[in-house]
Amino acid sequence: MIAVAAGLIALAFWRIDYDWKWDEVWAYRRRFVTGWLATVAISLAALVISGLVGLVTAICLGSKSLVLEAVARVYVELIRGTPLLVQLLIGFYVVASAVGLENRFVVGILILSLFSGAYMAEIFRGGLKAIPQPQRDAARAIGLTRWQAFRLVILPQAARIVLPPVAGQLASLIKDSSLLSVIAISEFTLAAQEVNAFTYSALESYLPLAAGYLLLTLPLSWAARGLERRLRHEG
Amino acid sequence: MKLVLEDVRQRFTAADGTVAEVLRGCTLATGEIRTLVLIGPSGGGKSTLLRILAGIDVPAAGRVSFDGRPLPRDEAGLLAWRRQVGTVFQAYNLFPHLSALDNLILPLVHVHGMTREAAEARIREPLARFGLAEHARKRPASLSGGQQQRIAILRALVVEPSILFLDEPTSALDPEMTSEVLDMIVEVGALGGQIVLATHEMGFARRVADELAFVADGLIEAHGPSTEFFDRPATPRLTGFLAKVL
Repeated sequence: MIAVAAGLIALAFWRIDYDWKWDEVWAYRRRFVTGWLATVAISLAALVISGLVGLVTAICLGSKSLVLEAVARVYVELIRGTPLLVQLLIGFYVVASAVGLENRFVVGILILSLFSGAYMAEIFRGGLKAIPQPQRDAARAIGLTRWQAFRLVILPQAARIVLPPVAGQLASLIKDSSLLSVIAISEFTLAAQEVNAFTYSALESYLPLAAGYLLLTLPLSWAARGLERRLRHEG
Repeated sequence: MKLVLEDVRQRFTAADGTVAEVLRGCTLATGEIRTLVLIGPSGGGKSTLLRILAGIDVPAAGRVSFDGRPLPRDEAGLLAWRRQVGTVFQAYNLFPHLSALDNLILPLVHVHGMTREAAEARIREPLARFGLAEHARKRPASLSGGQQQRIAILRALVVEPSILFLDEPTSALDPEMTSEVLDMIVEVGALGGQIVLATHEMGFARRVADELAFVADGLIEAHGPSTEFFDRPATPRLTGFLAKVL
């Protein structure tokens, strides 16, 4: 399907006799690679941090303490109800400068993590809920402490269940990280924008940009589907 | 075991805030028996009562004592009690991410501090005796319902519990698997194990019980040794119930 689409696009361009300036863009390949690597680093860092944020939030959401549950609920609703762009702008221009945090990279990763954390929380919540109550009863019945039951029974099962959606969340993180370019973080999208500014060749800058993201997201969605299929058969 | 219940009550609060009193003052005193069977209509309180006896839930009120020793109400005490006894539920006993063997070893290693080798040695003979050795490496999803329940019973047995609690262990099984599980329970009793069983299987209840208790509407309506329980039902309610199920 992709080959057909690419073929049609190539045909269209050949018809209008577009003057491809690939060699000009090729000169900037270093910038592309560095930007791509930065995107990978940002996405992985955000995945880890948002995973922790999400786990804590998920636990708070299920907590018997009304205060913890309320705080977690407010956090999730706020984050899911506002665009990432808005969070980036407020986070960087308002919060970060108020706190005195100047490193754009760190700020960007933190804001992205906070954003993703709310979605991770829902994923983890779903994973925990998917474990039937009798399982927890069985764990208690054999005399496991709450911590042991969580570590030996709940967590391994929940981890298997959440792995496919978490892989999907990583793909989302990779794509959402492109917005970090808005606060001038040197990741992949910004790199492409800069090259375009230098060479005035938008297509030759942005097509590799898209390809670079696909290089990351396609294997992830393939892996997520494979994991889902395996999970269904494991019962 | 001698079981004594004094005015045991249990309440559940539903999501919308309504409170249901599921056990409304159960009182019972058994003789010195080995097997107690709880029978009664669904929703009558059998499972709720059994969960209290097994130390899974704490009653809202009332006292439970086994052989003169009261059941603790604090979590630490209950944890110790749960480690001393074994409990098998209607379904979902086994942990699906572990093989049958690992399911069996888990309590021995993590609760009773055995090494993996010692645990494996301990379960080898019971596995063979109950005809389950060939299934040891399989995951629960690859086992039939009857095999799963038998492994679950085995898991409860290998820690050498003082009492085995079974909450409707065959209610989710078809007749063929039901009988293989019931046979195992008979054998456990024959080997000298003490059992508290909640069940719908009346024929089986009659066969294995030393004493029976009829739990309906949150109360113990009738209780007695198995011989007179069925032949001379104590209350009209029990007579009606037995007429329907026997």
